[in-house]
Amino acid sequence: MTSPSHDPSDRRPGADWLLLAAGAAVAAAVTRAVWFTPPERLQGYAQKIFYLHVPSAWVAFLAFALTALSGAFWLFLKDPRLDRFAESSAEVGVIFTTGVLVSGPLWGKPIWGAWWVWDARLTLTLFLWFLYLGYLVLRGVVPEREQRARYSAVVGILGAVLIPFIHLSVYLFNTQHPMPVVANPSGIQMPPVMVKTFFLSLGAFTLLYVALVRSRYALAAERDILDDDVATDR
Amino acid sequence: MSGVPAAPGLLGAAWMIARKDLAIEFRTRSAFLSALVLSLLSIVIFYFAWDPTAIGAADLAPGVLWVTFTFSGLLGMHRSFGVESHDGAMDALLTAPVPRQSIFLGKALANLVFVLGVQAVALPAVALFYNLPVGPAFGALALLMLLASIGLVAVGTMFAGMTANTRLAELLLPVLAMPFFVPIVMPAAKTTALLLAGRPIGEAFAWLRILLAFDLVFAYVCMLVFPLTLDD
Repeated sequence: MTSPSHDPSDRRPGADWLLLAAGAAVAAAVTRAVWFTPPERLQGYAQKIFYLHVPSAWVAFLAFALTALSGAFWLFLKDPRLDRFAESSAEVGVIFTTGVLVSGPLWGKPIWGAWWVWDARLTLTLFLWFLYLGYLVLRGVVPEREQRARYSAVVGILGAVLIPFIHLSVYLFNTQHPMPVVANPSGIQMPPVMVKTFFLSLGAFTLLYVALVRSRYALAAERDILDDDVATDR
Repeated sequence: MSGVPAAPGLLGAAWMIARKDLAIEFRTRSAFLSALVLSLLSIVIFYFAWDPTAIGAADLAPGVLWVTFTFSGLLGMHRSFGVESHDGAMDALLTAPVPRQSIFLGKALANLVFVLGVQAVALPAVALFYNLPVGPAFGALALLMLLASIGLVAVGTMFAGMTANTRLAELLLPVLAMPFFVPIVMPAAKTTALLLAGRPIGEAFAWLRILLAFDLVFAYVCMLVFPLTLDD
């Protein structure tokens, strides 16, 4: 029986300034998108979702790509920091994918007349979400750190190999998702005021990703330290 | 002349492991019978959820077939590492002087035989219960089932090895493996639909190409990463 120790280094964490700044940036981007950007001519206010939906999708894909990459590098370097980063990025990626899957139908209902269609991009995003939910479940049931990192790296790499195959097979189904308006080969298909709002939102969401991963990473690092302490106390 | 036989090569060892697994399965028949009964049950249950006046049998059958094949296959693959969990059998296998890839190839080969065996009974059962003319398309269907099963077994065996020693293994295997089955089941079901509609297999060329590419890529990649899922 031991009383709770009061280690001097055991202080309460201070405010996460980066996370606060990212939250403020997202709030600013949303405010600009809703009140200070004109509605689209044909889609009306439904188009506003674009400023949340597309940046969320960008962050989700970025997060998963970085998860797979850091897993692959972990296999060579065995650096626990890479695995902690993969864990954090995957978790944040799942959150943003959930955002994409929720915001998409909100736009789809008024514009397509259906909450969900089995379009190529929707299907691919849905399976990415399934894949990384499985990844997080797997991480949850493997208690041993090295083994968990190894398994996660394998799933991350296999997932990266899988994506082109899902992409190919779902593209053989017909596609009705709007074609890119920003990353379009014949230039940006949007008036400048909307482009400005879009890039502001993209920057804000990317900052939010960085802040969330940083904060989640700190949690993972603390957990590992705690696990080590428990292991040495035994 | 020494009495110690030479260590088998990659394929030789794989063949020995596959033969061992198939011998266990042949003598107990427990997993095969379970998977078979599960397949037949799901085919029957699908029938009762079906309105034959609204949807033709040939339109429903591809879905029934591939859902059934996927689930019964997963059941068999989950078992393939389960048999190694008793009496430290897995440790014995790991200390054997064989390449780790041989363990994967042997397990996958045994699983392929298992999965194809279940399908060989389930396909005629669907033809019987749904009154389907599979006769003319039989050769093409058999080829399709072989192609799809190679992909299912490659991915399934790899994940079965990974999840075998975890909590929730029987739940985690489908959760991890199912997303990987999309590029298999989608082409397989589409091709089955074409074949049952009496179309030539050439019309499914685009789908078969995806399936073949998936088989080649994933059989190779899963064999490469499989040793990472083993714990020494």
